[in-house]
Amino acid sequence: MSITVRLPSQLRVLVGGEAEVVVDADTVRGAIDAVEIRHPGLATRVLNDDGSLRRFVNVFVQDEDVRFLDGLDTILTPGQVVSLVPAVAGGC
Amino acid sequence: MSFAIGLKCRECSSTYPSEAKFACDFCFGPLEVHYDYAAAQGQVTHASIAEGPSSIWRYHQLLPAAGPEGAVDLGAGYTPLRRARRLGEILGMKELYLKDDTVNPTGSFKDRVVSVALSNARRLGFSTAACASTGNLATSVAAHAASIGWPSVTVIPSDLEKSKIAMTAIFGGIVLAVEGNYDDVNRLCAELVSEHPDWAFANVNLRAYYAEGSKTLAFEIAEQMGWRTPSQVVVPVASGSQLTKVAKGFRELELLGLTTGPTPVLFAAQATGCSPIAQAFVSGADVITPVRPNTIARSLAIGNPADGPYVLDELRAHGGACGSVSDEEILECIGLLARSEGVFAETAGGVTIASLRQLVRSGALNPDLPTVAIISGHGLKTLDVIVDTAVATHTISPSLQDAQEALKFRDLVEAAS
Repeated sequence: MSITVRLPSQLRVLVGGEAEVVVDADTVRGAIDAVEIRHPGLATRVLNDDGSLRRFVNVFVQDEDVRFLDGLDTILTPGQVVSLVPAVAGGC
Repeated sequence: MSFAIGLKCRECSSTYPSEAKFACDFCFGPLEVHYDYAAAQGQVTHASIAEGPSSIWRYHQLLPAAGPEGAVDLGAGYTPLRRARRLGEILGMKELYLKDDTVNPTGSFKDRVVSVALSNARRLGFSTAACASTGNLATSVAAHAASIGWPSVTVIPSDLEKSKIAMTAIFGGIVLAVEGNYDDVNRLCAELVSEHPDWAFANVNLRAYYAEGSKTLAFEIAEQMGWRTPSQVVVPVASGSQLTKVAKGFRELELLGLTTGPTPVLFAAQATGCSPIAQAFVSGADVITPVRPNTIARSLAIGNPADGPYVLDELRAHGGACGSVSDEEILECIGLLARSEGVFAETAGGVTIASLRQLVRSGALNPDLPTVAIISGHGLKTLDVIVDTAVATHTISPSLQDAQEALKFRDLVEAAS
């Protein structure tokens, strides 16, 4: 299934400067794994050693935060966009 | 001399030099200032601190930036620690203290963090101050910027208390009132900082330095208690930065052998109308679910708290808890604090005292142990919420007869206090 993974500027160097990578995947985790296979180095930036999502990385499917869906196990449908977005630390 | 040596990621421990950087390049975690504690050992002493000025800069060795001489300083900190005997008795507590931060130069604890942030901004070559704020921070940034002749750009929700907007605008900077809530303001500032990397946003690109200022609350509490730590501290929580840095401050003192006594157990205070951390604490979650704020405690109305996960870690590691109180309780406790101790707090102070009362009643907080409640801002900042109820008790003509008539109610007045 064709899924577009959008990357923040800080991670684009890992994929040759591209803002998006198109992969085949059924889940969010599958999409990250698919990018990792093609461009090693991404997974360690967004996932903890135990495979869970790092605290300060947000992942959106379309515009929904996967933490409010099924996390990394969120099922994807063809044509969907997965966006990796650094959480912005701010606030008083 | 400061023992700060650079920045370090709280998540993955990557290190960086002392620059205007707030997120880790590797894992996007927040950065914090770290210190050469081995070198500080024996150099930071009760005597070296006592030599310093009566402001946060007496602790300059444990703050980033140069010494007190180079600080952007309106005199923040070294505020009174008041023994609250009357309030303590009402709440059934043996030894209660108030850390009275209402008396800071612009009326809130934000002067601590802004003084540290802008001192570092100047050191790093910035010349414009900015921030995303729920009000108190904007006031403090505008005031400190004015004091050194810098322009300022403060970004706030447009429906803030009038007094906070006026207190900010009077200093002459640009005040961007955004039609949205604080979380909208924060997101906008995250975008603005990319467009204006030459602006020092106190709580965005300077956040690592800014946050360190809150450690001075812990330093002062310990020093004012004779370098013996209190058992419990109640801290109002919005983003969670203050609570996590108060914890860091106590840890540093312990590490450097400067205090005796227990590692203080920290308790968080939130308004139920904006209580994402209290909700996560109760449900056992370690990720914060953002909320849409709806409370009179505007200074604490952050629905997506940046340091929320660290507050949860801190509460759970040491047996703390989080209070969650209604707007009615907040108002009631602003009055309770004022009548019992003569301290007039803004809504956040009402949140702290109402949470303290709740935590005592629930048994989460031990009323027999030395406890400090942090009162973070002055009541004049949130007059809006009390002007309709805190009014003249009698209105009379200028005649003795009227006055005496009114004074017949004196017994009632005494009963009410």
